Amino acid sequence: MEPDWGTSPDAVQFRFRDDEMVDHGTVTVDACCDQTNATAVRIEPGDDARHLLPYLDRLSLIEVNFPAFTDGRGYSSARILREAGYLGELRAVGDIGVDQLSHMRRCGFDAFAPDKPLDEQDARRAFATWDNVYQHGVDTIGKRRSTISEKRHEV
Amino acid sequence: MYVYDNYDQAMVDARVEEFRDQARRRLEGKLSEDQFKPLRLMNGLYLQLHAYMLRVAIPYGTLNSRQMSALGDIADRYDRGYGHFTTRQNIQYNWIKLEDAADILADLSKVEMHAIQTSGNCIRNISSDHFAGAAHDELVDPRPYAELMRQWSSFHPEFTYLPRKFKICVIASEKDRAAMRLHDIGIQIVRSGEGELGARFFVGGGMGRTPMIAPMIRDFVPLDQLITYAEACLRVYNRHGRRDNKYKARIKILVHELGKEEYTRQVEAEFVHLLEQGIEPPREELARIARYFAPPTFEDGPKQIDRSDPDFALWVDRNTHRHRHDSYVSAVISLKPVGGIPGDATGDQMRQMARLAKQYSFDELRIMHTQNVVLPHVRIADLHALWTELEAAGLGAPNLDTIEDIIACPGLDYCSLANARSIPLAQRLAERFAANGKTGKLGELKLKISGCINACGHHHAGHIGILGVDKKGVENYQLSLGGSEAEDVSLAKITGPGFDEDGVIEAVDTVTDLYLAQRKEGERFVDTYRRIGMEPFKEALYGA
Repeated sequence: MEPDWGTSPDAVQFRFRDDEMVDHGTVTVDACCDQTNATAVRIEPGDDARHLLPYLDRLSLIEVNFPAFTDGRGYSSARILREAGYLGELRAVGDIGVDQLSHMRRCGFDAFAPDKPLDEQDARRAFATWDNVYQHGVDTIGKRRSTISEKRHEV
Repeated sequence: MYVYDNYDQAMVDARVEEFRDQARRRLEGKLSEDQFKPLRLMNGLYLQLHAYMLRVAIPYGTLNSRQMSALGDIADRYDRGYGHFTTRQNIQYNWIKLEDAADILADLSKVEMHAIQTSGNCIRNISSDHFAGAAHDELVDPRPYAELMRQWSSFHPEFTYLPRKFKICVIASEKDRAAMRLHDIGIQIVRSGEGELGARFFVGGGMGRTPMIAPMIRDFVPLDQLITYAEACLRVYNRHGRRDNKYKARIKILVHELGKEEYTRQVEAEFVHLLEQGIEPPREELARIARYFAPPTFEDGPKQIDRSDPDFALWVDRNTHRHRHDSYVSAVISLKPVGGIPGDATGDQMRQMARLAKQYSFDELRIMHTQNVVLPHVRIADLHALWTELEAAGLGAPNLDTIEDIIACPGLDYCSLANARSIPLAQRLAERFAANGKTGKLGELKLKISGCINACGHHHAGHIGILGVDKKGVENYQLSLGGSEAEDVSLAKITGPGFDEDGVIEAVDTVTDLYLAQRKEGERFVDTYRRIGMEPFKEALYGA
């Protein structure tokens, strides 16, 4: 689907969801595991995303922070959450550039809040970088999209 | 060999366009150098001492004559008429202009080549046995598995910002010609007791500042779970590998700090999870890829080599390798002419090698991690004609696996990380041993030189290793003995205090003299070292 280009009231610049955006604050992973009513949480690079798995049903927003774009732990966090069936908003926040968008999208992020707004044209191109993909990601597991090797053998 | 289909071509073309766009945004100031650097590195572009360097991937070291010829043309058009073959079976050009980079990538794309992931903290070009598909002793051709992994690892969305670079090697024989256990992941294709093919995984090897030999973490992964298991190994690393210190960020440190058992336990747990996700390519994909690597049609011919020409006989003894078909051999073109720069070839030489491959080797060439070139399938009947042409082109040096066949990193002549020069030392050593006639007497002797602690010249794995260091502003060379990158893998040990350039050449002379005096029948240098130990060498070098 087409993202909601830059119309959101806060720092979320791109969002690929139709539902109402959660706009209240997030808690830490530790706090989320202790509290029974938190619905929004923020994962830092050193956090274990799997600690959240028992609480996915009540969470509607998970932010994954990228303090530096070169720290790729958040990509694994995102996939782990999606692979566990999380359907709520998965928002990448922090040091995010145009060139990270396509891979982040493939790992299951559906909202992006870069700490510096990105050029809309460049971002649009970046989201569309790959017509096809070699390996499985969140976009191919469960068959919304086929990988190249699957397409080669489809009859 | 593998041929791109429309999908493969589109992926490479998309990457060229992406890079063009990144370079544009850099020039427009939308990207800072800090932001651009990891992106250009993932396209093989380094900034060195004097200029940009572009490293081009040669997947598992295999290429055809059209590709080799294109590499020669790029050397002439965009560089200073030569290129440098590397220890990871790639080629690098040392004098590139940033504004030409996207055009070079576009030229490469026309011959199904690229510079994708030849640098940066991502999964690098997959390496393999340079005699794959030709060796008499291999179980199967390892390259289909390497190609399957090439596709899986290209533009991997989860593993593009790893803690550090990641190198994978795939072999399929007991003999290790690719330094498999000195890789982040080394894979050996094996056959189980039930006759099934599978993959044996070694994880956490590497050279660099902290050399380690990869321990085996799984003796058999079924082939239809190969990618899933590799993904599990990578995910544990991406999540838990150290990011606080660049020098402790390789997977070898994680495996070492967790311990092999705990790392393996985590991988196995992730593996179970990923098996449920179903991320393995369809089984038919491996079969599709394997068809491209079907052996050429070999024909019976003469099996005896006419050895009446002694120069030719010497080259045959040193530079050919037994082939799976007894009317053929694999022939090694040495890029180590005495006094030359190890691994360098001119544009003309590349085109010559391309032509010879077309004429004599079913259009195929291989790059060795020892920085030489292989014509994998040469008819014994054609061998003398091939050698005659190589001699005429200055490519007939008969010195494979001898002390003249030195691996050397680019060193302080090119590299901004280096502490000392490697190339001039390699040249002087080769000249010394060629002149004093000891090369032949010494037999197999692997000498490897690195110009700094990062160990690109594999000095830890040399029968004799030399490490250049900076000692109060003066180049100093540490000598080490007893390493091996082969199936008898071991790490070399430092002899003692270092030497200046003249001194280390004398020191190599001294330790090789001791070997000649001490060796028993059939012993290589490294065998004698292992039998008698370091002490006698120390005594000879430093006195009692």
